[in-house]
Amino acid sequence: MAPLPRTLENTLPERSHALLWVIAAIGVAMAPHLFNQPLWVVLITALALIWRGGVHLGRLPMPSRWILVLLTVLMTGLVLGRYGTLFGRDAGVALLVLMTGLKLLETRTYRDAMVGVFLGYFVIITNFFYSQEIPVALYMLVAVFATTAALVRLNAGEGVQPARESFGLAGLMLGQAVPVMIILFLLFPRLPGPLWGAPQDSTAGVTGLSDSMSPGAISELLQSDAPAFRVSFVHDPPPPAERYWRGPVFWQFDGSTWRRGRDMGTTAPPLILEPTNLVTHTINLEPHQQRWLLALDVPVSVPPDARMTEDQYLVAGQPVRRLIQYTVDALPDGVLEPELTPERRQQALALPDQAAPRTQAMARKWRDQKDDDDVLIQAVLDHFHQEAFFYTLSPPPMSREPVDQFLFEARAGFCEHYASAFVVLMRAAGIPARVVTGYQGGEYNRLGNYLLVRQSDAHAWAEVWLEGRGWVRVDPTAAVAPERIESGIRTALAGDQAAPDFIRRGPGWGMARLQWALWRDSIDYYWSGWVLAFGPERQEELLERLGLGRLDWRGMVTLMVVLVGTVVLVFTAAFLWRNRPPKADPLAAIYGHFCRRLARVGLIRAPHEPPLDFGRRIARERPDLAEPVLDFIQAYVALRYGPAPDLTQYRQLQGRLRRIKP
Amino acid sequence: MPWPTCDGVLLPPMNTLPSSPASSIDAILTQLNTVILGKSGPIRLALACLLARGHLLVEDLPGVGKTTLAHALARTLGLQFQRIQFTSDLLPADILGVPVFSSERKCFEFHPGPIFSQLVLADEINRATPKSQSALLEAMEEQQVTIEGITRHLPVPFFVIATQNPQEQIGTFPLPESQMDRFLMRLHLGYPDAAAERALLRGQDRRELVETLPTQVDGSALLALQQQVTQIHVSDALLDYLQAIIAHTRQPGIYRMGLSPRAVLALLRAAQAWAMVDHRDHVLPEDIQAVLPPVAGHRLHLRESPGLAPEQVTRRLIEAVPVP
Repeated sequence: MAPLPRTLENTLPERSHALLWVIAAIGVAMAPHLFNQPLWVVLITALALIWRGGVHLGRLPMPSRWILVLLTVLMTGLVLGRYGTLFGRDAGVALLVLMTGLKLLETRTYRDAMVGVFLGYFVIITNFFYSQEIPVALYMLVAVFATTAALVRLNAGEGVQPARESFGLAGLMLGQAVPVMIILFLLFPRLPGPLWGAPQDSTAGVTGLSDSMSPGAISELLQSDAPAFRVSFVHDPPPPAERYWRGPVFWQFDGSTWRRGRDMGTTAPPLILEPTNLVTHTINLEPHQQRWLLALDVPVSVPPDARMTEDQYLVAGQPVRRLIQYTVDALPDGVLEPELTPERRQQALALPDQAAPRTQAMARKWRDQKDDDDVLIQAVLDHFHQEAFFYTLSPPPMSREPVDQFLFEARAGFCEHYASAFVVLMRAAGIPARVVTGYQGGEYNRLGNYLLVRQSDAHAWAEVWLEGRGWVRVDPTAAVAPERIESGIRTALAGDQAAPDFIRRGPGWGMARLQWALWRDSIDYYWSGWVLAFGPERQEELLERLGLGRLDWRGMVTLMVVLVGTVVLVFTAAFLWRNRPPKADPLAAIYGHFCRRLARVGLIRAPHEPPLDFGRRIARERPDLAEPVLDFIQAYVALRYGPAPDLTQYRQLQGRLRRIKP
Repeated sequence: MPWPTCDGVLLPPMNTLPSSPASSIDAILTQLNTVILGKSGPIRLALACLLARGHLLVEDLPGVGKTTLAHALARTLGLQFQRIQFTSDLLPADILGVPVFSSERKCFEFHPGPIFSQLVLADEINRATPKSQSALLEAMEEQQVTIEGITRHLPVPFFVIATQNPQEQIGTFPLPESQMDRFLMRLHLGYPDAAAERALLRGQDRRELVETLPTQVDGSALLALQQQVTQIHVSDALLDYLQAIIAHTRQPGIYRMGLSPRAVLALLRAAQAWAMVDHRDHVLPEDIQAVLPPVAGHRLHLRESPGLAPEQVTRRLIEAVPVP
């Protein structure tokens, strides 16, 4: 039996080294997992790739089936041993990467190599489980390009394509894919929240305000330079001293830790407002694993899929696991809860009996001297201001009765110490009070026209309830370190040894660097605002802005299909146009007409038959047609092939054609 | 006779152009057909080859009239004629000439070889050594001969008719493909048909007849004709067809090698000459098809079935490319 023809389906193109390209592309795709996965995962895969490369170059033998089975079992075992599961983000990715390496070790045919290419694309996607920042996206673009080039090379057939051509075609294909990518990105129906329910561990370690406040909780956040959220305003941003970003509110105190207390699950009573000073702002909130949505103090509108708590802060329907964007109206001078129910009044005055006895005693002493709440509050603030209180990140340890220790011994602390002590003092003095956490400050980015609020801007302050004025914000930190409020954390803590570098060096540190940081952050802002936070709301907004109104998912899919179809049509048309047959000569057209007319009576011109020969043949076969046919052909030949053809004779040629009546 | 001596350069004498190229061509053809009977096709091709300034390779058995054709052409066109019988001991100097010391003039006097002639018949070229073959072929290509550092131009017009016997294998040196490329056309004469053969048998001795032939066109008129060949009009539509043919030969997998640019130029020039012989001032696809077998036959070889006759190869090529 003759050997089967070597076809693309069952052999690998050997001479073009397409397999080495596939190997290299997979290597590029998995390289970032060096940072995401245990070292051995990437190392073992790299060894498998190198082994297969060695086989290709004839240096190493192909592993036997038994070794492969053994390796597969071993790798699965290793992943199970490391993660205790084969599912979830980390275990799944480790398994995928390892198995991609093993798949190449059994790659013998073209089809296997194609599977390798597609596994490469999958490996690229997995990188986004770990980071969605711009550098990662750019690197992945390179990886997609490399993988596509390998795909091109693998399909180039027997001929050896120059490398430049493989890359060129891959680039062309990706370039043509860009419009389709943009259409799919903009129009693919979005689900609220991540599509697959982001694995729990995907954003672990991202910090933010927690749902309780104990001494040291906020100063811990100060160690992080990471952005917490970015805000853009419809009008001018408020002055620095007004930049209080409201987060969770704490009622319950156990002597050292503040908690939210009983969440009634009710929505706040609607405020009676005069909407004069409404500050509309849009926030891009980084994921923080909790449900609160930060907003300028005090928010009065509720973004979709969120609710307003009775303490007038916003809570999302589910934990914020990806960057989200929402728009809120805030009323800086709004009256919060003008009537306090007895039940809530009691909660706002509650103190554990044994907590901070010295503080409580001092508060009662002040109460006795001063009847007026305002005077009392001012006295407490003056106390913080005039006595030797320090604002520092490294207070001495306060283990037992932290409030007493802080107020009477250490006299040094961070915002949470002051807020906590102040609320305890107020409550002991009979003024309803509570702790509010959130952020204070924010850096204005001129380039992007937005405020950047970092984790290090985390803050805690107090609110007291006053008859007729509702909850009023009192920030004891402002009494101790007014510069913290006016100029931000960097100024307040410049020189504090416990503060991280970026705070300690103060605001004047490296203008160029600051400029660069501004640039980088504005790019990040747009990236996060327009790419990462492009959820259902943004999509809706965009479609509305394009005048398409509110489209449901069916409308979006239809629009998407139509647009993608248009792109495909445009590219097809461009392709056909570039490869169009040479412009039809009117003479060729009339000759074609002539040939068809004769073909109807069985005088069919062979494709290679030149005109004069054809004419002579007709003259032989149909002497009755000889005269008009030869007349036509001679005129045609003279026009088409002769020197300086007189195109005015074209009409006469048509007349000659009409004379032929077979 | 304008013959090169010590200075070695020959200038063609100036003459007037023929009044009508068509009538001179007809006169030439008529005269040739009276000498070589029943071979009007090959004769036309041979004349076209000469008018296209190409050289001719005639591949045939001995005795079918190769020498007569060459001789008749020379007589009719008024060309100086030399015949070189190629043998295995032929040396390049036997073709090109040698410098000989002249005792009278006390200098080396160049004695030109038979190549210094307007029409050279290289008989049985495949019997000489490759060294002698290439001496001839180089002279053909460059239209000049360089000996001892002195370059001597060959006469104009210069036309070589080489013959070889394809049947002879022993003691021959077949021309390599690269050398074959230097011949514009390769022709086969073949046996005459019965009527022609009978006329031949009845008629006068051909050699004697050739001797009595009058000259129809002189050398300079011939040069003018050759010049006119290049003026024959080539339309875009024709170039489309020509390029389609070239593209087909260069497709991978069909031929061992596609047509070279030199071959393509040769094809076009031959088609122009053919059109002129046919009294036309423009080239038609018919002309390309007519000259394709002799021009491409010795240049194309199928990758599969290498034994196929050249006529079949070119036939297939013609049939594979549609005329626009």
